[in-house]
Amino acid sequence: MSRGGAAALALVAVGLVLAPFFLGAYPLALLGRVLALSIASIGVCVIWGRTGILSLGQGLFFGLGGYALAMHLKLAATPRGELPDFMVYNGVEALPWFWKPFASAPFALGMVLVLPALAAGLVGWLMFRRRITGVYVSIITQALVLAFVTWLGGSQGLTSGTNGITDFQTFLGINLRGEAFPRGLYWATLLVLGLALAGTAWVLRTPFGSLLTAVRDNENRTRFLGYNPAAFKIAAFVLGGVLAGVSGALYTLHLGTISPAMIGVAFGIELVVWVALGGRASLWGAVGGLVLGQLAKDRISSAAPDAWLYLMGALFVLVVLVMPQGVAGLLTRRRAAPVRSSAGIKEVGNVASGD
Amino acid sequence: MDPVFLFGQLFTGLSVASILLLAALGLALSFGLMRVINMAHGEFLMVGGYLTYLASQWLGPDFLWLAFPLAFLGSALLGALLEVTVIRRLYGRPLDTLLATFGVSLILQQAARQLFGSTGVPVTAPGWLAGAFVVHGGALDGLTFPHVRLFVIGLSLLVLGGMWWLLNRSRFGMHVRAVNQNREVASALGVNTRRLDLLVFALGSGVAGVAGVGLALLAPVNPTVGAAYIVNAFLVVVVGGVGSVLGGAVAAVGLGFVTALTEGFTSVSLAQAILLVLVVAFLQWKPRGLFPTRSRALEET
Amino acid sequence: MTTLRKFSLASLSLALILGNTAGAQGTVKVGILHSLTGTMAISEITVANAAQLAVDEINAKGGVLGRKIVVVKEDGASDWPTFTTKAEKLLTQDRVAAVFGGWTSASRKAMLPVFEKNKGLLFYPVQFEGNECSPNIIYTGAQPNQQALPALEWALSQGYQNIFLLGSDYVYPRTANLILKKHITDRGAKVAGEEYVALGGTEFSSVINKIKAARPQVIINTLNGDSNVSFFKQYQAAGYSAATLPVISFSIAEQEAQAIGPALLTGQYATWNYFQSLPNAANKRFVAAYQKKYGKNAAITDPMAHAYMDVYLWKAAVEKAKSFDPAAVRKAIVGISMDSPLGKITVAPNGSLTQTVYTGQSGAGGQFKVIGQSKGVVAPQPYDKLAFPGKTCP
Repeated sequence: MSRGGAAALALVAVGLVLAPFFLGAYPLALLGRVLALSIASIGVCVIWGRTGILSLGQGLFFGLGGYALAMHLKLAATPRGELPDFMVYNGVEALPWFWKPFASAPFALGMVLVLPALAAGLVGWLMFRRRITGVYVSIITQALVLAFVTWLGGSQGLTSGTNGITDFQTFLGINLRGEAFPRGLYWATLLVLGLALAGTAWVLRTPFGSLLTAVRDNENRTRFLGYNPAAFKIAAFVLGGVLAGVSGALYTLHLGTISPAMIGVAFGIELVVWVALGGRASLWGAVGGLVLGQLAKDRISSAAPDAWLYLMGALFVLVVLVMPQGVAGLLTRRRAAPVRSSAGIKEVGNVASGD
Repeated sequence: MDPVFLFGQLFTGLSVASILLLAALGLALSFGLMRVINMAHGEFLMVGGYLTYLASQWLGPDFLWLAFPLAFLGSALLGALLEVTVIRRLYGRPLDTLLATFGVSLILQQAARQLFGSTGVPVTAPGWLAGAFVVHGGALDGLTFPHVRLFVIGLSLLVLGGMWWLLNRSRFGMHVRAVNQNREVASALGVNTRRLDLLVFALGSGVAGVAGVGLALLAPVNPTVGAAYIVNAFLVVVVGGVGSVLGGAVAAVGLGFVTALTEGFTSVSLAQAILLVLVVAFLQWKPRGLFPTRSRALEET
Repeated sequence: MTTLRKFSLASLSLALILGNTAGAQGTVKVGILHSLTGTMAISEITVANAAQLAVDEINAKGGVLGRKIVVVKEDGASDWPTFTTKAEKLLTQDRVAAVFGGWTSASRKAMLPVFEKNKGLLFYPVQFEGNECSPNIIYTGAQPNQQALPALEWALSQGYQNIFLLGSDYVYPRTANLILKKHITDRGAKVAGEEYVALGGTEFSSVINKIKAARPQVIINTLNGDSNVSFFKQYQAAGYSAATLPVISFSIAEQEAQAIGPALLTGQYATWNYFQSLPNAANKRFVAAYQKKYGKNAAITDPMAHAYMDVYLWKAAVEKAKSFDPAAVRKAIVGISMDSPLGKITVAPNGSLTQTVYTGQSGAGGQFKVIGQSKGVVAPQPYDKLAFPGKTCP
């Protein structure tokens, strides 16, 4: 990073830390929420920008993290000896077995990491072991997230269905509706985001990170060099999944609810597009693209809801046509060696199967 | 098990298969042959549906003879426009076509909303399609075959047959297969690949428009109808094997029967989740689908 | 495209300018929060229009407590989390005195914590599953005992003893059917079957096959939105009609009837607290005013009538409380009674309405003919006594 870039970054960081002192309640909540979401976009940067896997199913891992925390929050808000309200309305008479351990906060927090990691590991293992690549991965991840959303919606007694889990009161003894909570949550989010960014940046700089790029640019050559690309892809996929899960848990705290509507197919695609806008191969681009995109969405969709959809649609097309490496790509074009137009894409004909 | 129910579900399977096939055949062209992930494919179905509505507004009850050519041409023109403005610049970047066409689908949906309102428009099947064949007497007493479902099954067979003929028996099809196998060589031998891309994409879109006419007889015509079919249509293409029209047909029938049977014995909303998981499991077994295309290009790397 | 974008930019800057002046003295802000885009826009845009119409009428007559009402309109985008964030914006940034909005139970559940935390007031105009009574929400749509149970009574009174329950797979149909099943067995009738289809589902072949095997006398239909279009098309294709297997629907009003195609619906039944064809004077004025503003063929539905009336209820409560403070308004609104397009209504202490229930039969042009109504008004019961014994609102 250049000296100017570092200075700008420091300025933004200081601004973000001090934001609660000069932002009103709503802008602060909005910013915090968007920062929480941007953790998932770091994951997209890792698996798509660096490893060349376009997953449209990040909502699955985001949802697992969110639901893991939401189950705990719901149990914490339910009086002792009673069932969560939605179970009563659905005729469920005893707490389902998989709900029981979530009464413990440490267990739920652990699950925020473990569930997405396991799911991403399993999905990744199933796909990459069989050398499923390219658009097949996109379509399969999309189908999986649709299956998850359909199951959530159809299992109302267990998951509260399309309503989602809502109406939380306390977390670790902290009143979620208290005066001090929004600021505390904002700083906590900023801290987690900082850790996620630093951690991911470090991982990407290790030889492991270089190998991800190698897998992206030429999977077979990497294999011929004696590495197993599937293992690296699965590892990247797990990292992306865990980041999405953490993001989902934080987002659930910000919003006070989680529902299938938040994690569906549209969520996955939108996430990818904001990352593409910022620059898929750059961590700063991914986070910046998501944050600015979401803020713009909030403003413009309020002022002109009809025009917003045209604008967003046009943006999708333009980003891909005009700046495939996003804004970050435009900014670094002078220095960096030319990057391939699209990660993991080869000539027509051998694209779909890739191997 | 009640035999009427069982046979009814088997017919349901066939009917669901025909709808899946109609929705997927256009994709088999754009995705299978051109490696373009057209997320706006569902919106071409939608355009076909709205054009059917317009035809029924102009002509009254007997609108189908106009609806088919109108929907085909309208969707094909729109497809051609999309190819020239967007897709052409993205060949060889299928993941990027996915994102760009998703944007196009948002625009088309919103345009439909503003042109026709967010409320769906009514399309009522003509009188001669309203009835049903009913079995009387015997073990299958009461088994019903609605005319409109038979019509859609017939339509899907017709489109399938037409497409098979076009790809395997016509000069145009020969060029398409040649380009699909090796673009450079085909081009060197005098195939105008650019024009062919345009034609194939327009044809795929036009087929989607025709599918939209069939769907309008069974399902609503509204701005979001395309989104309801797009994921399943992609699954049909993936399971069938990219580039194989026959594979698509077999996959559609398979998925249709799986849907009908799981729906028959579990609940309808659980069936969708089961279907999706089964497809993923199937791809474990055959990652390239039922009928993988074998060409030198595919095995090159 | 370019003119469109210019237009959107122009309207954007205009909205920003307007947004800055909205806090001027002599006005009071209210929020209207409905899905203006996405799949629910079908139903919700017209509900937002009806609320806007009431605001315009009130402003034309001098406003509330001498203040003009300024509407802050937000789009929930058919996305429940968006309802949460937009509600938060309306309450914490725009500081509106009340919000009129929501359609799906999921959107209401998503907004509820925001209203409780920020001590706001939400007017919710749609029928719902009950089992909820937040002090920060005025539920004016039907409780289960004001739509579902009267519909069952009507079916039983027609001699239908074998009943099939069909719904979209989400909380309202599931809960309504849970309550209905208790009452059906309690009354000695029979549940022929129960099926749910995912929201937005379009394939009903299996469901119709199951219906055929179950041989019911009547279907109670809680499908939502466009699924109804597919269902009725495929139901008719299978050879059914209102004469052979009648369907009583809870989510099909005049507007949905137009979208389904009135021909498909002829003779079918619906239960609501309002039909466009109600002959009372307040309704004639409302229908005329709405159609003057939004088109002479515009269909008017129960949730629209509720939304329109909600604004007048809020105005009456504000005037009674002599304050815009949500807590004071909530306290004052109990007991307020008015002659509305729905007939005479009164606000019960639990924040719902005492209102009349009508059964209508669909005729030409998507209009419903009222063929039955409850004996007098029905008091709201958020918790059904049979299904959820021992539960009441505080």
